[in-house]
Amino acid sequence: MKLTGAQILCETLERLGVRHVFGYPGGAILPVYDAIGKSKLHHILVRHEQGATHMADGYARATGGVGVAMATSGPGATNMVTGIATAMLDSSPVVCITGQVSSKLLGSDAFQEVDITGITMPITKHNVVVSKVEDVAHTVREAFIIANSGRPGPVLVDITKDAQQATADFDWEATVPKLPPKRIRNNHDQKEFDRAVELLNSAKRPVILAGRGIILSGAMRIFEQFVRTSNIPVAMTLLGIGCFPATDPMNLGMMGMHGEAWVNTAIQEADLLIAVGMRFDDRVTGSLRTYARNARKIHIEVDRAEINKNVKVDAAIVGDAGETLANLLPHVHERDHAAWFAHIKELKGDSAVRDIQSLPDSGHLFAAHVINDLWKVTKGGAIVVTDVGQHQMWEAQYYHHDQPRTLITSGGLGTMGFALPAAVGAKFARPDSEVWVVVGDGGFQMTMCELATIVQEKLKINIAIINNGYLGMVRQWQEFFYDKRYIATPLVAPDFAALANAFGIRGERVTTRKEVVPMIESARSSDQAVLLDFRVEQEDSVYPMVPAGAALHEMIRRPNNPLVETASEP
Amino acid sequence: MQTIVAYVENKPGVLNRVASLTRRLAINIDSLTVGPTENEEIARMTICAHTDENGARRLEASLEKLVDVLVAENISDRSMLERDLALIKVAADQQNRPHLMELIKVFRGRVVDVAPESLIVEVSGTVDKIDGLLEVLRPFGVLEMARTGRIAMTRGSDLLRPPTAATPDSKDKDPAPASS
Repeated sequence: MKLTGAQILCETLERLGVRHVFGYPGGAILPVYDAIGKSKLHHILVRHEQGATHMADGYARATGGVGVAMATSGPGATNMVTGIATAMLDSSPVVCITGQVSSKLLGSDAFQEVDITGITMPITKHNVVVSKVEDVAHTVREAFIIANSGRPGPVLVDITKDAQQATADFDWEATVPKLPPKRIRNNHDQKEFDRAVELLNSAKRPVILAGRGIILSGAMRIFEQFVRTSNIPVAMTLLGIGCFPATDPMNLGMMGMHGEAWVNTAIQEADLLIAVGMRFDDRVTGSLRTYARNARKIHIEVDRAEINKNVKVDAAIVGDAGETLANLLPHVHERDHAAWFAHIKELKGDSAVRDIQSLPDSGHLFAAHVINDLWKVTKGGAIVVTDVGQHQMWEAQYYHHDQPRTLITSGGLGTMGFALPAAVGAKFARPDSEVWVVVGDGGFQMTMCELATIVQEKLKINIAIINNGYLGMVRQWQEFFYDKRYIATPLVAPDFAALANAFGIRGERVTTRKEVVPMIESARSSDQAVLLDFRVEQEDSVYPMVPAGAALHEMIRRPNNPLVETASEP
Repeated sequence: MQTIVAYVENKPGVLNRVASLTRRLAINIDSLTVGPTENEEIARMTICAHTDENGARRLEASLEKLVDVLVAENISDRSMLERDLALIKVAADQQNRPHLMELIKVFRGRVVDVAPESLIVEVSGTVDKIDGLLEVLRPFGVLEMARTGRIAMTRGSDLLRPPTAATPDSKDKDPAPASS
């Protein structure tokens, strides 16, 4: 059967199980769009190509499958760069398909020509230019394999317009993916394995550091067994949230820059850290020189290049988190860590008293209240997609995720503007789930154009803007480290409720705590998208905080008195 | 100095990927040589980098993450041969030419071109040996020099060969579709 390259692409995507493609058309990809029109693919028209990549990313994070984004050449492709880097840093399986000028024009600075494979080389797991129709099918199949194997990541396939237009025989069986013959590395090192077992069975103050690798490996069940058997408390990275129930007593919570004091102190006092599917990011370790100096370290990690990168470890097991934990499990003896647990309980000390949730309603609206109420009302069952900044940290602290893939957030790259488009992807991936966007007034303004996409696709997504009139996290740093010189952080925003109305969806402003729960309930009961503009305390800060470069236990603790400033009316 | 040998796919852009990676890791390359192997689809690289053992380990592991890199191996600590080839154009006139030729012979260099006021020496060997010859030629006036950079090979039965065919590890099957 003779098909055009564009038809072959659509046929291949369909056969790979793709149902949704997030994209934006343009000259160099028009043949593909014509073919999409005759295919079963559901194309979601975005308002900016960055949104398309975040949607594909959100789709991938919500399911574990590959998300697909599409754009034309030149500016279409360069607009994808931020989204691709976001997916790369958080190991998200995304395939980006870009149109390219015809192969005979390559290198001639043709209209809308840009070397997108050159540009994205350091931020993709792999990328490739396809300039022959015969190469379309197997290259796309290879892209899907690369994107979602080992440590996942984004792959970009740049297809020239002539390859889209030319015709070739299409035979699925004949287009088998042919990846380069890589050497099989025997990563099993018995000495390291035995050492890990010995360390596990002799530790007195162990802590497990759980990362996104557990979720990517689908290893939640075996991980829970490992935790129960070894009787070792769990601290999570931001992206590890959901790998183990937050409400489980064995779960200490999130570690790192905005981790609770007892979590970070426990890590600093531990005699053994078992890192699973995490990479000792600087936001997790604080100063490396002073990081967990009393602890031996075991590192279980699928990516060999992460071993000893930031933190030198005593035993490294390279491999899939689930497989490795399953191998370790029979060798782990249950140990009584009663003294250690008692000590951690002691570390919690007055933290509960300092917790903002314990304070009486002072008439002020705090972001932490909004997020904690959202958790209570949704019974922890929603998929929450956050942006980047203070609200993101409050979400991690006050929305307790018991299920994997229910917190979708940009961790490694910290991409503002991620939330709204990523939520669109998550909603398409899991249409029956309740999806909430938690976003700051700064990040929302970066990609709020995607409200139109939500309306056009008739998506039921709830949006909670944590509006404090500042670029809050930067303002917090200015407060702590720059003598409150708030340069370029006060932020004018439109009336978000009115803006929502202009897009054709309901918008409400919330200014007092007593309105929070009824408004959340009202938004949930609507079958259309709703935007809630929470006017929260303007100069509230995220506590605790480990200043950049400080030791992990040198935290700025939560103050004993609540803030006195009132949320100002515009 | 660390020496890494890599087998890579012999196709456009692979050198760029390798170079881009070392730049990203902030590792300075002292020399990088690429040449064909007996299999025309595979090329062999020798990368000499200014970094410590840990840097080399990271570079090796990161190189192997590139889809087009089939094998990367740090051979710095293994028993191996290293060779560099140089062409050196030295100022030489009738008076000092015989003396120059004597020196070149000591270093097992070959004179491959003679002109009235210069000659070209071809010399291969370890970096130290070539540096040694350069040292003694410098007083005569080194006019021009071209060096290939090092190639390296482990000795004896310590074989470093590219994988021949697709291995089961490359998991050449389509992934399961997104479950939604």
